[in-house]
Amino acid sequence: MTKYILRRVLEAIPLLLLISIAVFALMQLIPGGPLAAYENNPNISAADLARLQEELGLNVPKHIQYWNWITAVLRGDLGTSLVTQRPATVEILERLPNTLYLSLVAFLGALLISIPIGIISATRQYSRFDHLMTTVAFIGQSMPVFWFGLILIIIFHTTIKNPLTGGPLLPGGGMYTIGADFSIEDRVRHLILPASVLIFFSLGTHIRYMRAGMLDVLHQDYIRTAHAKGLSERAVITKHAFKNSIIPLVTIIGLEIPGLVSGALITETIFSWPGMGRLFFTQGIERSDYPVMMGILMLSATLIVLFGLVTDVVYAFLDPRIRFD
Amino acid sequence: MQAQLTLPPSTIDWHARMRPQESLSALVWRRFLKHKPAVAGLAALIAIFLLCFFVPWLTHYDPGKTNVDIIREPPSLAHIFGTDELGRDLFIRLWDGGRISILIGVATMIVAITIGTVIGSVAGFYGGRVDNLLMRFTDFVLSIPQLFLLLLFAQLLRSTNDPRLSAGPLPIIVIIGILAWTPAARLVRGQFLSLKNKEFVEAAKMSGARNRRIMLRHILPNAASPIIVAATLRVGAAIITESTLSFLGFGVQPPTPTWGNMLKNAQAQMTYAPWTAIFPGLAILVTVLALNYIGDGLRDALDPHHVE
Repeated sequence: MTKYILRRVLEAIPLLLLISIAVFALMQLIPGGPLAAYENNPNISAADLARLQEELGLNVPKHIQYWNWITAVLRGDLGTSLVTQRPATVEILERLPNTLYLSLVAFLGALLISIPIGIISATRQYSRFDHLMTTVAFIGQSMPVFWFGLILIIIFHTTIKNPLTGGPLLPGGGMYTIGADFSIEDRVRHLILPASVLIFFSLGTHIRYMRAGMLDVLHQDYIRTAHAKGLSERAVITKHAFKNSIIPLVTIIGLEIPGLVSGALITETIFSWPGMGRLFFTQGIERSDYPVMMGILMLSATLIVLFGLVTDVVYAFLDPRIRFD
Repeated sequence: MQAQLTLPPSTIDWHARMRPQESLSALVWRRFLKHKPAVAGLAALIAIFLLCFFVPWLTHYDPGKTNVDIIREPPSLAHIFGTDELGRDLFIRLWDGGRISILIGVATMIVAITIGTVIGSVAGFYGGRVDNLLMRFTDFVLSIPQLFLLLLFAQLLRSTNDPRLSAGPLPIIVIIGILAWTPAARLVRGQFLSLKNKEFVEAAKMSGARNRRIMLRHILPNAASPIIVAATLRVGAAIITESTLSFLGFGVQPPTPTWGNMLKNAQAQMTYAPWTAIFPGLAILVTVLALNYIGDGLRDALDPHHVE
């Protein structure tokens, strides 16, 4: 097992190196280069631009620029944000916990909802419940994440009012009420809508895979044996079927992580959630903040590769048929 | 045909399957018709197509014409989906935008499925080093979140300040297409891996067929079913991706309507004019849902092991 994990880690290194080269190359493609943000600024003269180029090390050959950048990245230095003039590492790390907090809640929420639904759907195949849930799963997969967010805002923020205060039932954006004291209730109220959007987004796929996994297992001989021994339905499902039925779900979770990161960008943008995705969009893309963009691309790619690795290990752990050599 | 009708119902299917006269397409069509949601999806899709092509054509309204007298009118008999902040009729605008959204969906699917099929079949057929290289490349494309890259590409195109590259549907089709081929590549590779050692491929090799011929004439037609299903689902996924990009302001630029930029336009006014946000989203939902159900129906209909 250790050898397998080690091999996977070693395989991830060239992949990340390749990603870093691609990220660097992409930034070079943008006309005007990293200083494009300043070019149309009347307060910055040509001499200032030249001085900035000198200061930022942009007047040396590209491969040396790459080398300087990647060695700094490995030391944890992503450069200085062109918008706020603060270290990009600080900017990103301030936002990362907010993204992880939202994604983790959504991830666990989706599992907690989809696993029981998938199991019930499979054990009562073609029942009314099964049909209803399969339909809900299909609908969840067929709409844009952001539109679902907008509809939730229309319903729970603008239409339905809180009967006690007369204000909106749920906040339409932000992570907490600005200026108010910290309270768990306030945090939870801000979390409900964005988390629901992310949960609904992955629910469809999760239910389908959980249902398919359970159906597959229920037709195995050892389940018939367990029934024949006189075990209760509950014991058969929880003790014999569950662990094997979850394997397809684990595989799909690994493949879905990049989608979740993209989904987080949209959700954060709609709900003004101060996360990494919103930082990438509002500061990176819209204001051409290169160091922040490059940093977020590298960090999210690293996280995706890392979580992919974790899923593979969990997968290997759950399914002993997988050999490690 | 006459003989079949006289058979008892329980044996009709069996005999139909054994009957050599029934063509493959007829068999698939007959099985597709049994999948009720898929048939409903097909009917909905045809209706949407007709509306998209005939509504903007037949109505005397110009979808881009503004009218300050009817700003943000809620749905009524005169404007059944209401009007927007410039007094444009949203019913006509919706179908006009649908043309572009569906065009982008279909064209992106063609780009993505073509790239995916080429990469997947080469990887699966040649195996070994070629396979390893191409699949690592696929992993690489998958490790950077797609939306981040799409936004970056869109920003890149926009910074060229060339309207041909930054506003119309074509650049959007290209950038979505060149990032969306990975699932198709993995799927086709899997098909080629399992088919390339079959007897009919051996036979083709024995008869002296060249690799290209074996791939195109012998293996690919046998891998067609899952590719067709993936292509159907890809159209829906591309429509959603386009709407997301447009919503973030990096898709097709106004005044050309698409479902995505209609929603972008709606975001600022949805608290007091919710209809501007509801109808374009519903159009996306119904279209993509229809495509997903059709894909599901095709999967069942094309599956040779499917039990009726």
